[in-house]
Amino acid sequence: MSSPEAAALLTMQGVQKRFGATYALKGVNLTVRAGEVHALIGENGAGKSTLMKTLSGAYTADAGEMTLEGKPYRPRHPLHARSLGVCMIYQELALAPHLSVMENILLGIEPTFGPLLNWPEIRSTSRRALDEVGLAEVAPETLVEDLSIAEQQLVEIARAVAVGCKLLVLDEPTSSLTQKDVRKLFALVHRLKDKGIAVIYISHALEEIEELCTRFTVMRDGETVGHGVVADVPVPQIIALMVGRAVEDLYPRSPRTVGEPIVEVRELAGAKFPRSASLTLRRGEVVGIAGLIGAGRTEMLRAIFGLDPQKSGEVRVGKNSAPASPGGRWNQGVGLVSEDRKSEGLAQNLSIADNLTLSKLHGLGPWRFVFPSRQHAACEPWITAFPIKCQSADQPVEDLSGGNQQKVAIARLLHHDCDVLLLDEPTRGIDVGSKAQIYAWIDRLALGDSSRHQPPKAVLVVSSYLPELLGICDRIAVMTRGVLGEARPVADWTEHSLMMAATGQDHLQSSA
Amino acid sequence: MNKEKTSQPVPSAGRKKNRIVELAGRLAALVAVYLFFVILTPVGKGFTSDANTQLMLQDIAVVAMAAIGMTIIIIAGGIDLSAGSVIALSMITTAYVLNLGPEGNKLVVQHPTLMPVLAVLAASGVAGAVGLLNGALVTCLRIVPFIITLGTMQMARGLAKLVAQEQNIYPPAEVQDLWIAKLLDPARTVFTFPFLPIAVWLVILAAILTALFLRYTRLGRHIFAIGSNEKTAVLCGVPVKYTKVMVYLIGGLFSGFAGILFFARLGSIGQPTEAIGYELFVIAAAVIGGASLLGGRGTILGTMIGALIITILRNGGVKMGWPQYTQEIVMGAVIILAVAIDNLRNRKRH
Repeated sequence: MSSPEAAALLTMQGVQKRFGATYALKGVNLTVRAGEVHALIGENGAGKSTLMKTLSGAYTADAGEMTLEGKPYRPRHPLHARSLGVCMIYQELALAPHLSVMENILLGIEPTFGPLLNWPEIRSTSRRALDEVGLAEVAPETLVEDLSIAEQQLVEIARAVAVGCKLLVLDEPTSSLTQKDVRKLFALVHRLKDKGIAVIYISHALEEIEELCTRFTVMRDGETVGHGVVADVPVPQIIALMVGRAVEDLYPRSPRTVGEPIVEVRELAGAKFPRSASLTLRRGEVVGIAGLIGAGRTEMLRAIFGLDPQKSGEVRVGKNSAPASPGGRWNQGVGLVSEDRKSEGLAQNLSIADNLTLSKLHGLGPWRFVFPSRQHAACEPWITAFPIKCQSADQPVEDLSGGNQQKVAIARLLHHDCDVLLLDEPTRGIDVGSKAQIYAWIDRLALGDSSRHQPPKAVLVVSSYLPELLGICDRIAVMTRGVLGEARPVADWTEHSLMMAATGQDHLQSSA
Repeated sequence: MNKEKTSQPVPSAGRKKNRIVELAGRLAALVAVYLFFVILTPVGKGFTSDANTQLMLQDIAVVAMAAIGMTIIIIAGGIDLSAGSVIALSMITTAYVLNLGPEGNKLVVQHPTLMPVLAVLAASGVAGAVGLLNGALVTCLRIVPFIITLGTMQMARGLAKLVAQEQNIYPPAEVQDLWIAKLLDPARTVFTFPFLPIAVWLVILAAILTALFLRYTRLGRHIFAIGSNEKTAVLCGVPVKYTKVMVYLIGGLFSGFAGILFFARLGSIGQPTEAIGYELFVIAAAVIGGASLLGGRGTILGTMIGALIITILRNGGVKMGWPQYTQEIVMGAVIILAVAIDNLRNRKRH
């Protein structure tokens, strides 16, 4: 286990964690060396989060051994783990927005003079930590709520640095960052590594792992199923380890026949964004919208769907050209999947059946009645067809993994039998297996099924993940600062040209 | 190492079992509270006597009736602090209508069939109007319901005092013989028809209908959706404003019905300063019954058990000869304990 160049900083041997009769961790072995970036890979529900919570002291392991720097490591609670040098940065940031940056950095470990806070030391310690993470321009007195998400994340890392962290865990750190901020973060991770800090990096983006990490460990079903050196193992093999089988083709694309236009957007402008968007969506095609985060893509979908007001322009759905409320759009056969399934897309403590049928409760009983048995019957086909992994349609959505939650959100549109599907970041933060199933469904919907009288549907996908857009779309348009460019056939685009257009460097496109 | 037991629960049986366990827990708490007082109350105080049981039934009917409405509001993610004042306003309106006409020639004496019906309609109408106002203000002003209903609580109380001219209203003695005064009259014995006071039957009927309404109608499911996540409801095209207004309207109506019962409970008089702070008992009944103030969670059956627990505690405390302050401390502790147990159970599930 020990290697000549670097000793193990952290070892985990046969770690188990049980909730009731269910094993969340069945046996985990993990070795992380000082000064390495170690990728922890696995589908959602594989047990990564449970493992990291065990590591950070939020959970106590039921069996197994952990050592830190050769000594037994048994964190009693997160603050204890932190004092031993193990720090977590969760996907959802854990900062107090109304407090200042420095109060956040030293929260819980404030230096004091007797009963009084030692403000000068708080200030200088935070200053040093902020400088170290590349936030030299941020004053320690700034309120956290005034910072961007990327800066807030760096403040969290500064919090770890300030306590002399030895092992830093980053859980999906890039999921809400722009490309530029991702570069900054990677540079910081490299600097931390060079200082001898070990980093455990959890991500679904295998490209990131290839770029950043030296070694990897793969988890599946609560067990570690493989580890190795990133440079020595080809990506398909890593994916095969994750899903337990080979993934044939992630992006299926059947030969589709494009039909009549079904949605026409003319010079649409919203309160702030979009500034101008024109687009025609036809049956039987998948159109992608690329662009940077904050370019106004989500706002465009919301304006089309009637969630945000329409300032000018026209959205024509079939024969209807008047602005409509979300309820009106559903009636016209348009459905939207929100980018934020947790706080908008799904009612977390309601059942799968309630969530899936919410937009279309009529037909589930006579008059204005809704029969639970019919609700269930309406859900069953989607639960089996997707498939959605759950105990029953009665289960609250909050019990499901992210991927399965997302499938419920999409299945709502299928239950409604929408002709137009507006999908906002449909695969963000979900595991590869679920992604593949969602791609397959998008393909199936755009293709239609004449034998079952299912006409082809129109799909509009907003995504920040370019390989996905290039993989599933027929046409792609790029949104730059609120202005939507022309939708061009996917063959005309490359990741590079999409990125150029998104950052506004593609002058050809704007003049075309 | 112990043997692995990765048996998955049988589909859906787990959740149903969970619900039954939860219900059993509440029933056990109810029985425990009741037995506590049965065992500890001095024999001479007559906690279990017929008279006292009837008294408790009367109190339960009032609290439970209002708590049905409150549960709907809480499930929708709201709160109604005006409930106590609306109960008083409804009671005053009932008394006022039954007291119309010149002294010695009251309308109710001439029209003993019509006037009670008018009284009920007027009381429900006024209470419904306050509910409607709550709903309209919450949806149009976009101010949290806590603040809105804190305001209407004062307004409804003021209105009750205005209608009553800051005095008790004593309708003519003939009212005592009308059905409206006898809503809470005990059945002759528990074994003769109608076994329980009429009002208790009305509460049971209302509870069943409301439970069915919440589970089996579109509006009912929309109420849960709005309480669980309003943004999701908007996204799914649920008519959020309409639903909210309906919720507060229904809540107001139930407080109004409770006020009519309160009129009978007080011996057919209207007291504008009665039922102060009553909204807290009503909210407590819903919360003890498992409703979440965050919305999206709650059951009528649970609330009914909560109403029973609250009433038994209040009555039992008096019978034990506890001073007011002890009663209040115990009541507060029970509310916190009930919610803490619920939270613990929910946390364990994850």
